[in-house]
Amino acid sequence: MTNARDILITEVALRDGSHAINHQYTVEQVLKITKALNDANVPFIEVSHGDGLAGSSLQYGLSRTNEMELIEAAVSVTDKSKIAVLLLPGIGTLHELKEAANLGAKMARIATHVTEADVAPQHIAYAKELGMETVGFLMMNHMAPVDKLVEQAKLMESYGADTVYVVDSAGYLLPGQVRERIRALKQSVGINVGFHGHNNLSLAMANTLVAIEEGATRIDGSVRCLGAGAGNTQTEVLVAVLERLGIQTGVDLYKMMDLAENIVAPILQVPQEITKDSLTLGYAGVYSSFALHAKRAAEKFGVDSRDILIELGKRKVVGGQEDMIVEVAAEIAKSNNKVVLG
Amino acid sequence: MSKVKVAVLGSGNIGTDLMKKLDRSEFLELTAVIGIDPQSDGLRRARELGYAGVDTGIDGFLADPELKADIVFDATSAKAHLYNAKVLKEAGIKVIDMTPAAVGPLVCAAVNIEDHLEKDNINLITCGGQATIPMVHAVNRVAQVEYAEIVATIASKSAGPGTRANIDEFTETTARAIEKVGGAKQGKAIIILNPAEPPIIMRDTVYTLVEEGKMDEEAIRQSISEMEKVVQSYVPGYRVRTEPIFDGNKVTIFLEVEGAGDYLPVYAGNLDIMTSAGVKIAEAFAKKLLSKETV
Repeated sequence: MTNARDILITEVALRDGSHAINHQYTVEQVLKITKALNDANVPFIEVSHGDGLAGSSLQYGLSRTNEMELIEAAVSVTDKSKIAVLLLPGIGTLHELKEAANLGAKMARIATHVTEADVAPQHIAYAKELGMETVGFLMMNHMAPVDKLVEQAKLMESYGADTVYVVDSAGYLLPGQVRERIRALKQSVGINVGFHGHNNLSLAMANTLVAIEEGATRIDGSVRCLGAGAGNTQTEVLVAVLERLGIQTGVDLYKMMDLAENIVAPILQVPQEITKDSLTLGYAGVYSSFALHAKRAAEKFGVDSRDILIELGKRKVVGGQEDMIVEVAAEIAKSNNKVVLG
Repeated sequence: MSKVKVAVLGSGNIGTDLMKKLDRSEFLELTAVIGIDPQSDGLRRARELGYAGVDTGIDGFLADPELKADIVFDATSAKAHLYNAKVLKEAGIKVIDMTPAAVGPLVCAAVNIEDHLEKDNINLITCGGQATIPMVHAVNRVAQVEYAEIVATIASKSAGPGTRANIDEFTETTARAIEKVGGAKQGKAIIILNPAEPPIIMRDTVYTLVEEGKMDEEAIRQSISEMEKVVQSYVPGYRVRTEPIFDGNKVTIFLEVEGAGDYLPVYAGNLDIMTSAGVKIAEAFAKKLLSKETV
C-alpha cells in the first residue's frame, strides 16, 4: 500500500502487551506477530520489556527472553515497518539504547512521568545521534494540570524530540480532558503530537478519536487490546473506524483482523477485557501495569485487589512504583486483622 | 581535644547541609566553604557562621596560606571533581567525593570504611547506594546474595539538576556498588522520581535472591535489624518500614529515610544520608589521623 497516511500508528502489543503476559514473550511469538504486522503495513512496532529497556527485574517481572533477542528477531522480519523501543530514564540507560539501535531499532520513545521531562535530555540527544526518530512520552498524563503538561512538552521539544505524546497510562482521562490536552499541545509545540490510551474505562477509542480531531497524528494501539490493564486502543478496530471516517492509516484491515484472531488471541491465557481490576485502575487513576501485581498481592495477603489499587491512587503513586503494591497490601491485611480482632 | 580541619567544596544544598552537620562534630573542624560564585547564598551563610567563604574555587583555597584542611568534601559535580581530585592529591589533602565521578574506591559508611582509611580519595556512591547497600551486605553476610536489586523512590523536589542530568550514572554506579561493596554477585538499580505534594520521604526497596539452600530467615532478620541500628547511629531517620518479606530464596526489605532537617527538609532523606555518610567517613579518617598524632 502506498497511500499517504494521515495517521501513523504504533503497535505496542510487543511492549505494553508484555505486562499482560508477565513478560513471557518468546522469539517465535515475536517473529510471527512482527512479520504479520509488517505485512499489514503498520508503520511502527514497539518491542521492549513492558517497563522499557532494562525493565526485566524483580520489581516489574523478569523477561523470559532477553529483550535484545526479541528486538533482533523483530528487525529480522521487517522490511516496511520500523522497530521502536521504549526507555524510561532511571530504569534503562544509554547503554541499552545503543544496543537496541545497533540491532536495528529506528525509533526511541523516551518515557518520563508527566512532570519529570528533564530526566530525558541526554537520552533524546543520544537517540538522535544514533540516527533514531525520537518521541517524548509523557506518562500518567492525568496527574498534571494542562499548563504543566504544556511546559513539559515544550521541554521535550527543546531536547530534540520529534513527537510528544499524551500518555494516559492509567486509562483515566475522559474525552473532554483529552481534547483539552491535545488542543493545548497543538497550540504550543511545533512537533508531532501523539496519544496513547488505555481502555480501562472503555474510552480508549473515544479518546483516540477526540485526539485525532484535535490534531494528533501519532496514535498507539494494541492488537486484540494486548496491553497493560484492559489494553490500549484496539488496533484492528481503530483501523476500521478510521477507514470509515476517511482517515488513511495505510494499514491493511483484513490482515490486522487475521493477525488478531489467528496469532495474538491464541497467546492470551484469558481474553483482554475490562475486569474489575482494570476498571479500578481507570477509576482510581493508577498505572495500568499494576493490575496483575495487585491481583497477586491480593491473593497473597487475602485482601481485595480493588482496595489496594484505590489506596495506591490516593497515595499518588507514579509509574514504576510496583514495590508499593505489596507494601500497601500488607498494610491493608494488617489493619483488616486489627478490625477483626478489635 | 584537637580536631581535624576540613573544608567543603561546593556551596549548594549539599555543601550547606554539610556545614550544619560539621558544626556538631567532635572530631572535625570546618574551616572554609569553597565556591565559585561570589553571590552564592551558601558562601554568605558560611561567612555569617564564621567560616571562611572562598569564592575563587579550589585554586583560590589552595593558594591562600591562611586556609588549611586535611580533608575536603567535594560536593561539586562529576566533571569538576576530576580536576579537584588532581590538585587535592598534589596538595596531600584527602577527598571525600560526593559526586558520581567515582575516581576513588566506592565506600558505604556502614559497610567498608575500614578498608579504605589509607586512601586519599574515596567516593560515596549515590544516595540510593548509601541507603540500600547496608541491607544487601546484611543479607550477604548470612547467605550469599546471587542477585540484588534496589529501587529508590525520591521526591521530585529533592532531585536537583545534577541528579537529573546524571540519572544513568545513578543506576550504573549504584549497581556496581551493590556488587563491589554489598557483595552481591549481580546488582541492579532503579530510581523513580515522585512529584507528590507534600513531598514523599525517600523510600527504598531492596530485593535479594540468596543462594539456593542457604536461606536462614531468623539469621537474616537478625542481621537486618542489627544493620538498621548501625545506619541509625549516623542517620537517625533511617528505618526498616515493615518486616522483611521472605518468599522462597527471595528477601524483600522496605526502607525509608527521613532527613534530619538540618538545612534540607526532612523529606530529603536522600540528601541527608549522603551528607551524614560523608561526615561519618570523615570522622573515621579524623580518628585515624588524630591517633597517629598522639602515637
